[in-house]
Amino acid sequence: MSDRLAVSTRKGLFWVDRNGGDWRVAGADFLGDNVTLTLHDERSGYDYAVLNHGHFGVKLHRRGDGAWKEIAAPAYPSKPEGLVDRDGWGKDIPYSLINIFSLEPGGSDEDGLLWCGTIPGGLFRSRDHGATWELIRSLWDDPKRQQWMGGGTEWPAIHSICVDPRGSAIVRIGISCGGVWETRDGGSAWKCRADGMFAAFMPPEMSRDPNVQDPHCLVQSRSAPDRLWAQHHNGIFRSDDASGSWREIADVPPSSFGFAVAVHPREPDTAWFVPAIKDERRIPVDGKLVVTRTRDAGRTFDVLREGLPQEHAYDVVYRHALAIDESGDRLAFATTTGGLYVSEDQGDRWREITHSLPPAHAVRFVG
Amino acid sequence: MARIVFTANLQRHIDCPAAEAEGATVREALEAVFRTNERLRGYVLDDQQALRRHMAIVVDGKPLRDRVHLSDPVSAASAIYVLQALSGG
Repeated sequence: MSDRLAVSTRKGLFWVDRNGGDWRVAGADFLGDNVTLTLHDERSGYDYAVLNHGHFGVKLHRRGDGAWKEIAAPAYPSKPEGLVDRDGWGKDIPYSLINIFSLEPGGSDEDGLLWCGTIPGGLFRSRDHGATWELIRSLWDDPKRQQWMGGGTEWPAIHSICVDPRGSAIVRIGISCGGVWETRDGGSAWKCRADGMFAAFMPPEMSRDPNVQDPHCLVQSRSAPDRLWAQHHNGIFRSDDASGSWREIADVPPSSFGFAVAVHPREPDTAWFVPAIKDERRIPVDGKLVVTRTRDAGRTFDVLREGLPQEHAYDVVYRHALAIDESGDRLAFATTTGGLYVSEDQGDRWREITHSLPPAHAVRFVG
Repeated sequence: MARIVFTANLQRHIDCPAAEAEGATVREALEAVFRTNERLRGYVLDDQQALRRHMAIVVDGKPLRDRVHLSDPVSAASAIYVLQALSGG
């Protein structure tokens, strides 16, 4: 069981601790600053925090036993003079770090290795706890990368990184919009693996192109790694063959649109989503904040609402703002309107911890 | 030497007091400051060493013209202000 949450918000990183059965905000770091993502690396004990200062750029901070210290952020290489590099919409791709959209540890056998997904579409790796970073050129230089497009962001965003528990060299990433990509050799070679996903909002001749898909969030079962779940712009998708193919889970009440997904650590058929009206309005259906849960791989869903606001709730939960702990019993999510909710029984009942945080980007259980 | 003043809002993130710097262009003057404060570079310039999109520089009362190469000339008497552009929100 995890007794601590890290909540990344527009105005700081908030630590929320469980004491005597109650969850309370215990402290804050970077108060007033835009903290977009955190990572607690169990291997090293380091905490990492991503700060997007807007004017001053995106910074990465690390903490061991002592105070936070700024470390190197991934940086794009010099853009060759005269090079034309455009995204799928024909817009010039900036060779500059616009944002860090995912940060994950490598495998348990890769001490110090971190993966970092960014906007405008570069994947980076550090082998020294974030002291230095390398752009994964094999992916960046793949001509198909120039078909990727921004989706919700101006340029393509690598938002999900799944290191396969069967082997650290197998890594899958989710891209808005560039589908799902897989390497089986630690990043030397990559393949797009989004067959079966479709985007009804695209022109018909493009709607099933794996390389233009917009998975909002991608998670992998640790106990049955062939099972992956994706909350896609177009709905919920599931893979039973390690991203070799995807099938839509259709007609999920009250909506299959959303951003976040969590999968149970030992039950691959059990996953949670936080739905919203599709898609320009992006508010909970009927102003009722709910979580949906399947226990049978998507054949049926429970709509979980006990303890959640059921009138005039306009909370949206971003793709990194739903988390599950190692036990599989505790879930937490934080919202764009500053709500933080925790369940200790797999979502049957929720408790509002606070509704007055700044707008939340991300939530992680720590420890 | 030109005088370079950094927005007070930057001081909260990184120590960057006003500095005197030699150089014939804004780029040269800034590089002189970065030589003693390398971390400051990433707060002012992007990965291509151009001025960050939502930053602004004013030289002797005039906005910087060359945001990519920072080739605007400066003199020993110049005052260079590194500011936030309001476009950044």
